[in-house]
Amino acid sequence: MSCTCQCNKQQENDIKKDASSWQSLQELLEQYRGKKGSLVAILQGVQAIYGYLPQQVMDYIASTMKIKPAKIYGVATFYTQFRLQPVGKYHILLCQGTACHVNGSERILTAICEELNIKPNETTSDRLFTLDCVACLGCCSLAPVMMINEQAYGPLTPDKALKIIRDLAASEQQACEGGK
Amino acid sequence: MKIRIGLGSCGIAAGALKVKESVEAEIQKRGLDIEVKDTGCIGMCHAEPLLDVIDDQERVFTYGYVTPEVVLKIFDEHITGQSPVEQYLLAAPEKDYCFMAGQKRVALRNCGVINPENLQDYIEHEGYQALKRVVTEMTPEEVISEIKESGLRGRGGAGFPTWFKWDAARKTPGDIKYIICNADEGDPGAFMDRSLLEGDPHSVLEGMAIAGYAVGAKEGFIYCRAEYPLAIKRAEMAIKQAEERGILGKNIFGSGFDFEISIKQGAGAFVCGEETALIASLEGERGMPRLKPPFPAQSGYWGKPTNINNVETYANVPWILANGGKAFSAMGTEKSPGTKVFALAGKIKRGGLVEVPMGLSLREVIFNIGGGIKGDKQFKAVQLGGPSGGCIPEELLDTPVDYDSINQTGAIMGSGGMVVMDETTCMVDVARFFLEFTQSESCGKCVQCRIGTKRMLEILERICNGEGQEGDTELLQEIALKVKEGSLCGLGQSAPNPVLTTIRYFRDEYEAHIKDKKCPAKQCKSLITFRIDPEKCRGCGTCASKCPAKCITGEKKKPHVINQELCLKCGSCFEACPSKYQAVTVE
Repeated sequence: MSCTCQCNKQQENDIKKDASSWQSLQELLEQYRGKKGSLVAILQGVQAIYGYLPQQVMDYIASTMKIKPAKIYGVATFYTQFRLQPVGKYHILLCQGTACHVNGSERILTAICEELNIKPNETTSDRLFTLDCVACLGCCSLAPVMMINEQAYGPLTPDKALKIIRDLAASEQQACEGGK
Repeated sequence: MKIRIGLGSCGIAAGALKVKESVEAEIQKRGLDIEVKDTGCIGMCHAEPLLDVIDDQERVFTYGYVTPEVVLKIFDEHITGQSPVEQYLLAAPEKDYCFMAGQKRVALRNCGVINPENLQDYIEHEGYQALKRVVTEMTPEEVISEIKESGLRGRGGAGFPTWFKWDAARKTPGDIKYIICNADEGDPGAFMDRSLLEGDPHSVLEGMAIAGYAVGAKEGFIYCRAEYPLAIKRAEMAIKQAEERGILGKNIFGSGFDFEISIKQGAGAFVCGEETALIASLEGERGMPRLKPPFPAQSGYWGKPTNINNVETYANVPWILANGGKAFSAMGTEKSPGTKVFALAGKIKRGGLVEVPMGLSLREVIFNIGGGIKGDKQFKAVQLGGPSGGCIPEELLDTPVDYDSINQTGAIMGSGGMVVMDETTCMVDVARFFLEFTQSESCGKCVQCRIGTKRMLEILERICNGEGQEGDTELLQEIALKVKEGSLCGLGQSAPNPVLTTIRYFRDEYEAHIKDKKCPAKQCKSLITFRIDPEKCRGCGTCASKCPAKCITGEKKKPHVINQELCLKCGSCFEACPSKYQAVTVE
């Protein structure tokens, strides 16, 4: 990263193209500059800005905050919350907790994968939905449960889950047409 | 007259916000003078959304399964007509709800009663009185001795005496000390801490501040998992309100004691529930545990003396200081005093949060409070302590709920997740499920945990796939022992528990998988086959329309057939077949 060529400059220019995110990133880094032990919080902030951790931004943080790139990558890949790929507009977290498991969450998973034609940890080609399986959302009485953009839904059946997803897709479709 | 609506995560998921909208609309439409109050989770998650009508004599009528239509009924019949809507009434002054009977609420005392987003409401329920008395009238030693008197043990799972931790952190020399609240509730099947932070965040803050005073710390952190957005929001709000009132911050109640609290979000790693891993994570590192001693009380956050307790432990503290340690130790058993909150879930009729005195039997909790098994199926096991715990069979249902008795069964108390399983749950699959979890959450530091759990998982997977070999159970037990012995932290030391307890109590199920290649619970896909009985099938086509693999064919009104090669064994056809035919069978 700390090579003598102009790649640092190039990298900075690339990130700057998105001006409002660049501004937020600078504010975020200012907030934590000089505070030890802030790496997790910084990465959470970056993810809040970009929706994921872009490689270039991680490299930039390494050079400007004087943290080893390997350490950043190590932390980013240790925690399940961090994503190295962008997420879709609707982020589906399908609970795989004990209560959900014994109440048939696997069938919900099969149904959603079938419907969206993606596997867990993948995003649909229209960037609308990302599917992730999580350990437990803590809504065990409503098992099986899924959470879409911080809203929990349950108890699910494959049909109910599909209806929720289709409704969201339809509302996007409408918004799109309305916009035209 | 007041109306109170439960707005915890579960309530919101079940539609409580819509209920609130329709309540507010009705009040406006009818021009009534009724106060609408938000509250947290009252614990009756199975009956969400919940609504309380509190009349002018302060009598509480609790309604369950409320929808906007039911709201209309409640307004027509109860609020205007003065006669409660019996059909949806769960509890009323002369009507005890069996779910609540037998419970004793200490940690959850305010959950579902107060508005968690309103500091004044907490204060009116004796909130911050204990803190005030502690900082103005008591010495730190007196506080610790009161906690010692109460016998409070850590509610996060291990059951370590709380006073001992506080005392150790107090006695370690140092100007800077820290208080940490462990809200990284990672056990699948547990949601006590979430409900507490959502329903009564101030009691946790108050408990932390009291601990801060006792230990000599000026700063506290709540380490909360990011999967709990509402809990984080409410705790942040509570901190801000308390700071504005001068209850947290500098010179609390004019005593000269300073205490600040901030929230740090976890980033999704189960191992961070272990205290040294949690500290590493707080310091911005990968959350990997380290060797103890030194314990956090001696060298914790940034090498300073640090006291870590979990959410429920802190929530008990203000009650103990307000009512005295003796009142707390009068409840529960001699070695496990007080109450414990459990998250009752799984195949149970009435799931939710329950708080009971220690020493009540598992049977009483599951059958009296929880109402027994959903769909009146046969009880098989109850899983306690999540991935670190074990499955307890029917013959041990009379085991009292306390730390030591539960440990004897091979399970652990854990943080309090209680997942009930019935005859349709395969115990080998449950063991595989937990091991899959611990294997993926193992941080990789200790070889035995990293590789041992992987090997165990492979064996369990082959058993579930019908490829189990003679001697597999013995091999599992042997590796399990090595993993337990060779792991540094609680994750590895306890990861084999679900496997060991299922082998101990349900060996016949393992044998059936390995020897007969059968899954008695009919769950393991490789070992079951769905068929349509041509005698019973009327050719209605319901199953074919539900089949996700589109592998059921047949002419209308003629018996249908499943193409076994394409079948996903999802069971959709089994459930779709109308009960009057019951033509789909599973073997």
